[in-house]
Amino acid sequence: MPETKLRLADVELEMFEDGRGRPLLFLHGGSGFAGEQPFVPLLSKSRRLIAPSHPGFGSSSLPDWLDSVDDIAHLYLELLDKLALKDIDLVGCSIGSWIAAEMATKVPERIRRLVMVGPVGIKVGPADKLDIPDIFAMPQAEVQKLIFHDPVRMAPDPAKMSDEQLAAMFRARETLALLVWEPWMHNPKLKHRLHRAAMPTLLIRGESDGLASADYVNAYARLLPDARIRTIPAAGHVPHLEQPEAFASAALAFLGE
Amino acid sequence: MRAWHFNETAYPFLPPAETYPSIRVSLPNRIYDPLKGAALYDRFIDEWLIAEDEGVEIMLNEHHQTATCVDPAAPLMLAALARLSKKARLLILGNPIANRRQPVRVAEEMAMVDVLSHGRLEAGFVRGVPYEVLPANSNPVRMNERHWEALDLIVKCWTNHDGPFSHEGRFFHHRAINIWPRPIQQPHPPIWVSTTSTGGAARVGAHGYIQATFLTGFDLTKRIFEAYRRGWREAGRGRDVPLNRLAYAALVYVGDNAARAKAGAEKLLWYITANKVPPHFSNPPGYVPVAMNVALARGVLNVVSPHGTRQGTVEGAIEAGTMFAGTPDQVFQQLKKHWDHVGGYGHLLIMGQAGFLEHDDTVHGIRMFAREVYPRLKQLYPDTLISGHATPADAAAS
Repeated sequence: MPETKLRLADVELEMFEDGRGRPLLFLHGGSGFAGEQPFVPLLSKSRRLIAPSHPGFGSSSLPDWLDSVDDIAHLYLELLDKLALKDIDLVGCSIGSWIAAEMATKVPERIRRLVMVGPVGIKVGPADKLDIPDIFAMPQAEVQKLIFHDPVRMAPDPAKMSDEQLAAMFRARETLALLVWEPWMHNPKLKHRLHRAAMPTLLIRGESDGLASADYVNAYARLLPDARIRTIPAAGHVPHLEQPEAFASAALAFLGE
Repeated sequence: MRAWHFNETAYPFLPPAETYPSIRVSLPNRIYDPLKGAALYDRFIDEWLIAEDEGVEIMLNEHHQTATCVDPAAPLMLAALARLSKKARLLILGNPIANRRQPVRVAEEMAMVDVLSHGRLEAGFVRGVPYEVLPANSNPVRMNERHWEALDLIVKCWTNHDGPFSHEGRFFHHRAINIWPRPIQQPHPPIWVSTTSTGGAARVGAHGYIQATFLTGFDLTKRIFEAYRRGWREAGRGRDVPLNRLAYAALVYVGDNAARAKAGAEKLLWYITANKVPPHFSNPPGYVPVAMNVALARGVLNVVSPHGTRQGTVEGAIEAGTMFAGTPDQVFQQLKKHWDHVGGYGHLLIMGQAGFLEHDDTVHGIRMFAREVYPRLKQLYPDTLISGHATPADAAAS
C-alpha cells in the first residue's frame, strides 16, 4: 500500500504517495482523501503524487493546539522541508486550496505552480451575507445539492459504508468544523497577502458549485497576480470527484505548461 | 431533600408546528409579541415567588433563539429575583460557559447576584445543549475543554482577593483579573454542573460540585450517579458521597385528584413534544463523539438525547422515570421508586410549568407538591443520608 505515516512536529500524518515524475503535492478538501478516488491514478500516472491527510482527517492525529487552516499551512511548510521539495506543484481542493493559498503567501519561491479547486478562505462579499453558505445550518440533503452537480449519483450513502469509513467521515466533519467555524470559511488576513502568491495559478470551478460562486472565484482570481479560471461542466464543488478526467486533464495541462 | 421550582419561561403562542422547521435557532422573532412576553415574565416571576412562599427553592436556566425558553440572559432574571424574593435559594442552571467569551464577566455577574441576594446564589454551569452553538457562534468542537477552563477560572476569580492575577490558558486570556464585588458566600457560592454523560459526571464528582442530570430516567441516572461517586472517591474526597451532591430534574405535576393531575401532566409534556429541532441543529459536528455518530447513522435511536419516544405520553414518561405525576400518594410512590433505583439524590428539580399549563394549574401543582408530597420526602430523605444505597434505611446505617 502506498500509505505511510510521517511524524511532523507533534503530528502523526497519514501520507499517500504513488507514481513517478515531477512531485505534485495534493491537499484534499473537507471530506478527506482516499487512494481509491478515481482522479488519483490519473494524476499519479505522470506525476509523483504526494497526498497527506490533514491533521484530524483520515488517520492523521490532531494535537490539541491545532485549530486553524493556517496551523496546517505551517505544518506543510515543514513537510516541504522534510521531503526536500523545492520547486513544488501544489493542487488543493476546497479547504485544501485554502491551505495551499496560505502556503503560497508564505513561501512563494518554493511553489512553481498552483491549482485551486473550488477555493475558499477569503471574504469578499458584504458583511450581512455569507460568502460561503453555512453547510452546518442546513439539512444534509441541501448540503449535497450545493456540493454535487448530481447528488443522486455522488452523495455518500452511509448504508453502503463500513463503520471505519463512517467514522472517518464524521471525524472529517468534526475537524472541518473546528477549522472553519469562526470566522466562517475564511482568514480575514489572507486576501491582504495573496499578492505575494505570484506563481501561475489555475482556479478550477465546477459549473454547479453551490459553495464557491462564480463571483467569489472571480474575486479570488483578481487578488492573485497571475491567475486564470477554468470552469468544468456537470460538476459541483468537487469536480475532481465528479468529473475526474476533465479535472485531471485541466490540472495536468496547466501544470505541464 | 430539597425541591426547586424550575420554570423555563417558554413562549407557547406559536403557529402550527408543521409551518416551521425548528422551534429553536431559526424561528423568526416576529412571532414573539413583546407585550404578551412581558405578561408571561410577570406571571412566571409570580409563580417563582409563590413557590418560595410554599418553602420551595427557585431555579431558572438560559437558552437562546428559542420559544422554549425566553431567558437568553438568565443573570438578568436572576438579578430581578434576587430583589423580589426574600429567602429562597436562587439556582441558575446554568451559565453556558463554553459559549461565553468572557468567563471573568460571568464571575462578575454571579458575584453581583450573590451580593444582591445577600448570599442566596447557587451558581450552576452547563456545557449547553447542541442548538446553542449557532446562536453563540460557538465552535461545537472542544466545548468540554473550554467549559472546564472557564469554570476553573471563574472559581479563581471568586476566591482571589489579593489584587490582579493573570490567566493565559488554552482558550481564555486575561492580564489583570480582580473582580468587584466578590461573593458573600465563602469561599464561593455552591457550584452545580449538569451533565447527562457518565464521563462528565466522574469529572464533576472529582471536583465535588453538585451534579444535576435532566430527564435521564432510571438506568442512565443510576449510571451517572455511580460515575459521580467513582470520580469523587478517586479524587480522594472520601468514601461517602453526601446526598446533597446529587440532583435530578423531572417533569412533576401533583393534582388533588387523578383527573386534574392527568390534565396538568398532559400539558407539561409540551416540554418534550414542542421541542421540534432538525438534526443539523440538534447534532452539530463535534458535539457528540465520532463513535456515537456512527451508532446514530446505523439507526441506533436516542443516543444523543435521553428524550425517548415513549415520553410523548404521560404513562410512558412516568414509566421512563422522566415524569412524576398524579395524586400526592402516586407521586410520592413514583419518586420513592426512582430515588431507590438510582441510589438517592438530595435535590429534586421540578420542571413544573410548560407550554399551556395556565397560572392557576401551575400554582395548584406547586402547592400540592409543597404541601402534600414535599414534607414526606424531607422526612424520608433527610440531608444527612449518604448516596449510593438501595434504600434510606441502608443509607442511614452507612
